[in-house]
Amino acid sequence: MIVISEHKELTEKLAIKDAPLPDRVFVPLSQHLGKSCNVIEVKVGDAVKTGQRLAIADAGIFAPVHASISGRVESIAEYPHPVLGKAKAIAIERDAALSEETFPLKSESEVSALNIEELRKIIQEAGIVGMGGAAFPTFVKLTPPKPVDSFILNGAECEPYLTADARLMIEERDAILKGVGIIAKILNVKNVYVAIEDNKPEAIKKFERPAIAGAPNSKFEIKILKTMYPQGAEKQLIYSVLKRKVPSGKLPFDVGVVVHNVATAFAIYEAIYKRKPLFERVLTVTGSILANPANLRVKIGTPIAKLIEFCGPLKKEPKKIIMGGPMMGLAQFSQDVPVIKSTSGVLLLGEDEVAESEEEACLRCGECIKNCPMGLSPALISAAVSCEKWDLAKLSGVLDCIECGLCAYSCPANRNIVQGIKQAKTKIR
Amino acid sequence: MANKLMVSTSPHIHRRENTASIMRQVTFALIPAGIGGVWIFGLRALFIILTGIVSAVIFEWLIQKARGVKVTVLDTSAILSGLLLSYNLPPAVPLWLVAVGSFVAIAIAKQAFGGLGRNIFNPALVGRAFLLAAWPAYMAAFAKPFDVIAGATPLALLKEGKIAELAQLDLSYQDLFLGLRGGCIGEVCILALLIGAGYLLLRRIISYHAPLAFILVVGLFSWVFGQDGFFGGDFIFAVLSGGLVLGAFFMATDYVTTPLTTKGRFIFGLGCGLITFVIRKWGGYPEGVSYSILIMNAVVPLIDRYIRPKRFI
Repeated sequence: MIVISEHKELTEKLAIKDAPLPDRVFVPLSQHLGKSCNVIEVKVGDAVKTGQRLAIADAGIFAPVHASISGRVESIAEYPHPVLGKAKAIAIERDAALSEETFPLKSESEVSALNIEELRKIIQEAGIVGMGGAAFPTFVKLTPPKPVDSFILNGAECEPYLTADARLMIEERDAILKGVGIIAKILNVKNVYVAIEDNKPEAIKKFERPAIAGAPNSKFEIKILKTMYPQGAEKQLIYSVLKRKVPSGKLPFDVGVVVHNVATAFAIYEAIYKRKPLFERVLTVTGSILANPANLRVKIGTPIAKLIEFCGPLKKEPKKIIMGGPMMGLAQFSQDVPVIKSTSGVLLLGEDEVAESEEEACLRCGECIKNCPMGLSPALISAAVSCEKWDLAKLSGVLDCIECGLCAYSCPANRNIVQGIKQAKTKIR
Repeated sequence: MANKLMVSTSPHIHRRENTASIMRQVTFALIPAGIGGVWIFGLRALFIILTGIVSAVIFEWLIQKARGVKVTVLDTSAILSGLLLSYNLPPAVPLWLVAVGSFVAIAIAKQAFGGLGRNIFNPALVGRAFLLAAWPAYMAAFAKPFDVIAGATPLALLKEGKIAELAQLDLSYQDLFLGLRGGCIGEVCILALLIGAGYLLLRRIISYHAPLAFILVVGLFSWVFGQDGFFGGDFIFAVLSGGLVLGAFFMATDYVTTPLTTKGRFIFGLGCGLITFVIRKWGGYPEGVSYSILIMNAVVPLIDRYIRPKRFI
């Protein structure tokens, strides 16, 4: 792990504000790992209310999608998608005559009366997925096949530029802790850790001495981590907090741990305490070419063009638009792509911030090896990929790569190491 | 606007360093040693250095043109090879000899293997080794500092057992440190070399592993198996009197021809040190730094095969 420049100063002090209601949202049917929603419960022309379920899948692992504004279903068709390129989405045109739904707070007694099965069901029906970027359906992670002893709330937010999680921790501490309480109750864990990087002193102060509602059996501890990339990557985080290593090909529950992102914990709070499905999220819209970067609460399905317009004007033409952070995020073809459940940020980079240099021959400087948090040899994997020796790439541990991007980040020859690794993974699988 | 957006795989930000800037900084770090050489041996040394650089760049350009590949003379790596070659030559060699050395370095050691990043052996050292084999007389004609009279290097005197003559030179450690002795242009001024090496270490362009192991092994073995019996050698003399400092910091740290991992680099340095000592002590040459590095260059794939970082699993 290494220290990389953060650029968080653009938005870290800015309170979360609501993005203006969009006239139109495009809710993709696939915003999660697992089966894409294929049972569409509305048809073109239908009136829908905020939070109304739009589609589910006839499978075990999926997350339903919900309307994020009140209006009419305008079309159900292929639309740009930030991860898949193009995918089916339900377009809703807002109807100002229809009011936005409100989701009143439930009483504590109502919440504490819910049993674990009911809690899981509410979380599943709310369409909650891992909001740190992985988008794995949360209820599955809350149903580990064997008992776990620890839960880690991931507040590392190690990607440069992004500050949405940090702001959420500062502004919604109580709600997040209630969400953590629900998670602790479902998992029945002994230990609850809140892991925060030491570049977020304000958030750390908020979580220093809290109590968790509803989980009296759990011991709470805050873990202050060094600000290093990729501290928030699941395997690295588990090691930093518990000194446990997740073996190759295994998952966190194999070492008795479950990790959830702060935004996910907040969504769980909203689902349980307000019965509010996941149809909006907080994300950072940032970049030095934006006049007014911000942390925004955004309706799922809002085209990012609307957010860029809201945070503008642009000081310069963007050369690259990234959904997520600069290390692991995805560059976009167009500004039409909508925000989805796993969108943690929209980053605009200008011409001078984008490295457009040509790929050169590997110098064998060894930087990629020195910096790889998984202890791999990216230089050798990259060499195996360039002569299409997939067996050799597999032997070099390419399947253990977490694609954090540090190898390519530190490569002086601009080698597209991560691209090669992604290619190798698809070839091997 | 949409069609102007650039799309590529993550990561989308990069460290500022690139191949050319690294090569530039290594070249920059070698400048003090060159100034030292010119100060000690006069303008003749400057002409040799310039010939080395210019001929290396011309050969690189010509061969890349002939191969029909992208011309990359601007990445400074050819300049660096030419510079290092000239630093490894005695100050009295004729200029055509320098150009021949450059040709061997660039055409045979570098481009014939596929260019930067693909060469197995350090180009400058291959050039030097070729010249040493082809024109040994020129390559052994060392000059005294501030003088045109031919004089032998301290290591050569030691090798030939001319202890009395060596004593006559009356070289103090300070003289050796400043470079007031016979030797190759770029190797003599240890002070200047250390300034450059310190810069590269501070900027983290080179790692200390190979140089440390290299210098320690040569020094220790020279001390233990010295000319005056066990533990009768001179550690400091062994380190300062030949091409060790130049070789350890600037050639045993060449990315392309040394191992990938820090542990591997340490082993590489150990091997270089051992071979250098063996050549100096029992070999046919007074100095063994360049051959030791070339021999260890050949061992690099083996080191890289067995020394892998510890996997995080």
